[in-house]
Amino acid sequence: MPTEALTLVPKTDTKQTMKDFKSDQEVRWCPGCGDYAILAAVQGFLPELGLARENITFISGIGCSSRFPYYMNTYGMHSIHGRAPAIATGLATARRDLSVWVVTGDGDALSIGGNHLIHALRRNVNLKILLFNNRIYGLTKGQYSPTSETGKITKSTPMGSLDAPFNPLSLALGAEASFVARTVDSDRQHLTSVLREAAQHKGSALIEIYQNCNIFNDGAFEALKDKQQAQEAVIRLEHGAPIRFGTPWTEEEGGDGLGRKGVVRDGETGDLVVVDVTERGAEGVLTHNAHAASPTTAFALSRLADNDTLHHTPIGVLRQVQRAVYDDQMADQMDAAVERNGKGDLSSLLAGKDTWTVVG
Amino acid sequence: MTSQVEQASQDAGPADTQEPAGLRDTAAAPASSGAKEVRRLDRVIIRFAGDSGDGMQLTGDRFTSETASFGNDLSTLPNFPAEIRAPAGTLPGVSSFQLHFADHDILTPGDAPNVLVAMNPAALKANIADVPRGAEIIVNTDEFSKRAMAKVGYDANPLEDGSLSAFSVHPVPLTTLTVEALKGYELTRKEAGRSKNMFALGLLSWMYHRPTEGTEAFLRQKFAKKPAIAEANIVAFRAGWNFGETTEDFATSYEVAPATKAFPPGTYRNISGNLALSYGLVAAGRLAELPVYLGSYPITPASDILHELSKHKNFGVRTFQAEDEIAGIGAALGAAFGGSLAITTTSGPGVALKSETIGLAVSLELPLLVIDIQRGGPSTGLPTKTEQADLLQAMYGRNGEAPVPIVAPSTPGDCFTAALEAARIALVYRTPVFLLSDGYLANGSEPWRVPDTEELPDLRVPFATAPNHTLDDGTEVFWPYKRDPETLARPWAVPGTAGLEHRVGGIEKQDGTGNISYDPANHDHMVRTRQAKVDGVTVPDLTVDDPDGEARVLVLGWGSTYGPITAAVRRIRRVGGHIAQAHLRHLNPFPANLGDVLAAYDHVIVPEMNLGQLATLLRARYLTDIQSVTQVTGLPFKAEQLATVLKEAVDAH
Repeated sequence: MPTEALTLVPKTDTKQTMKDFKSDQEVRWCPGCGDYAILAAVQGFLPELGLARENITFISGIGCSSRFPYYMNTYGMHSIHGRAPAIATGLATARRDLSVWVVTGDGDALSIGGNHLIHALRRNVNLKILLFNNRIYGLTKGQYSPTSETGKITKSTPMGSLDAPFNPLSLALGAEASFVARTVDSDRQHLTSVLREAAQHKGSALIEIYQNCNIFNDGAFEALKDKQQAQEAVIRLEHGAPIRFGTPWTEEEGGDGLGRKGVVRDGETGDLVVVDVTERGAEGVLTHNAHAASPTTAFALSRLADNDTLHHTPIGVLRQVQRAVYDDQMADQMDAAVERNGKGDLSSLLAGKDTWTVVG
Repeated sequence: MTSQVEQASQDAGPADTQEPAGLRDTAAAPASSGAKEVRRLDRVIIRFAGDSGDGMQLTGDRFTSETASFGNDLSTLPNFPAEIRAPAGTLPGVSSFQLHFADHDILTPGDAPNVLVAMNPAALKANIADVPRGAEIIVNTDEFSKRAMAKVGYDANPLEDGSLSAFSVHPVPLTTLTVEALKGYELTRKEAGRSKNMFALGLLSWMYHRPTEGTEAFLRQKFAKKPAIAEANIVAFRAGWNFGETTEDFATSYEVAPATKAFPPGTYRNISGNLALSYGLVAAGRLAELPVYLGSYPITPASDILHELSKHKNFGVRTFQAEDEIAGIGAALGAAFGGSLAITTTSGPGVALKSETIGLAVSLELPLLVIDIQRGGPSTGLPTKTEQADLLQAMYGRNGEAPVPIVAPSTPGDCFTAALEAARIALVYRTPVFLLSDGYLANGSEPWRVPDTEELPDLRVPFATAPNHTLDDGTEVFWPYKRDPETLARPWAVPGTAGLEHRVGGIEKQDGTGNISYDPANHDHMVRTRQAKVDGVTVPDLTVDDPDGEARVLVLGWGSTYGPITAAVRRIRRVGGHIAQAHLRHLNPFPANLGDVLAAYDHVIVPEMNLGQLATLLRARYLTDIQSVTQVTGLPFKAEQLATVLKEAVDAH
């Protein structure tokens, strides 16, 4: 894994604990909200990084998830609806010594702020974007969101929503994102491992976190959480490992101990399909390559899940590639300008090249 | 050929007055060489007009540079369509550049040109109404084909049907002459013809004894990678000069002496409003010892500031061309949170999009410069024309009580100083500040005394570095909204400062701690405190120019109307009228003495390029009657028109 992402951020010698990252503010999400688990996971994993706490900043927009910065004992800004990626872009490009995190939701990031999200990803600004996707508008009390399934009955759509939903990962990959991952609020271990990888990534990281809104969209991700269903529903991606899932195909059955199902490329359509490995063998099952230069397979993986049942939902890091980081490029140009023209001299700038003198 | 002199005799006035004293034949100097006569004039107004692809703006810019380096006072008015290459030969496609230069100090680009250079029939037709009888008109006869004339509604050739008999017309086949001059260069007729603007520039440069070295050096530099094109343009430029010198049609050339007495001693240069503003922003960063961060989105007529600042990365200036107006200001605000001198540049439609973020900046109480180069509205309006109709948008255009200080420059050069002042207010009071320039100031230019950097203000403000509050139990803490008792500004603690970690946001917060608070009394207190902070911004008293103290009428302006108003006031005074003049740099808060100033006069006139926005503010604030004089043509006031209005008021009081 590349680790240069945080080289410019000052470290601390003091040992940190989760408690160091808790602010003195009372957390005011609804009891049972998935946001609590995400907050705990973030506060729990940050000490691992050993960064000076004052060099960490959380920027959010508007929505339930966007209250996040108030609960972090770091620098933070709770801004306005949809604009967090833009504000964070300014901060991250002006201050490369900061670790900048954006906390946003499906409405904030994909509806009102869709433009800023795709452009931040395209530029590859050094931001870690946590997109809490609960597929509903919570703070405004339950309207459908850009990730809600078509036909959703909500307060604003009594006869069902008409819009086709966004697939956040497909969108991010289409926007040239260099790091794209998905995880689930209730899987602390998986969530933490994804956060860890994102923190070390140099450039923009988009992490979609499936988050349960127990008030307005309870159980939206139940298929991924229920132990029995999850075996069929969840595909855990790991770089370098074959993409297998489902109940294990045991050695007693003549299997290899991995899941009974696998993802292969269909020879005719070129698309990815799920096959029963016990029937056709493990040959041809894709090995996950998160670092592939081409986003094609990552994109196909992002489309694998059934939007209604959530079956075949890949979680983990779909894509992690190195490419030029906007903040670095901006800093490089500034250095190059000094190298080329010397440090700016105000007097000669103001005078220009064409002056005349008036004598008294 | 005496048309200019005749024109002068109609308007002659004393030498120390400016408008509308036209071209005065102050001393008919003996011809310096050969048969050509040389006359001396005190001022000249030239207008270059052609297709938007004819290079009129470049021609005007070059003539301006020549004139500036010669030492005349000058003022310019570029006027061009929003389309980059509007349909050729049509009236909407006409682009023009007016330049007023003089041997004394002048204030406006002039009401009416003494010389019109018309590159085609459309340019003639679109501009002839502004040209006074007796003026000179130089036309490119090559473009006066039947078809081209019909395109703009000329049934008969105006060069032949006598309709221009009141003018002194010089028919010159500019294209043919240029192509002739470039024979022997490997250029097609079309390519060669493109240099006709340089031929015209050469001719005008001869007529007015302009120095030519600057233009030749400029062309060499501009076309450094295409030496053949550079050479062709220089040859055309020289051919135009020589044409003036040799042809009999141009019997007279004119001298306008340098304006030695108009300026205090110093080093001068020519500068446009947007350039001065850009330099002001670079300087503000230096004087504040802060990195400059510009978040912006291209929009006419503000884009030139983005272009200019992007050239000065070696001053520690970061420029970020965002995906939209909202991201532009968003990035700037993020940089402000991080400790940069943050700026966003835009025009009226962009301000509308940025409004929510400006409100956030009001709530966060962070320094932020919002530069609005106003243009004609509403909506897309007139992108390339000037207007002052964003005053109320800047003042009130946000949800909630969201006061923002406003400063406005009065001349192109003044944009520099206004930028420093806007930065001072933003940094000292931790607040967004509006700077309202406009298209006329942005693109217009004038001589500017280059300031000694030693005499510029110190804009440094301290960041917070330590806890600022002691709790009852003795714990030292940092309160992000604990205010400076004098300025009411909150501390600016930037990320990276250990121990001062804090959260800010757009939700109402408790004064002092900055924690979220929905408490009614606290909200009432915070709204009033933010207002009091802006009301308490120190601004200098308004100075009134009332030389004899006998005036009963006051004319009060703001922003770019300074030139035309001052020119009009001079006209009134020249004929013995008494009128007082004052000009507002600060629109929010107003100078403390403004109420007294208004009350001291029987009658107050406020000219504005809107439908009376400042007048509305003054009436509401001071319960005073105001005569609102308004114009929304997309062009600056003409001094003569204003003088007429002012004179009526003066005569009546």
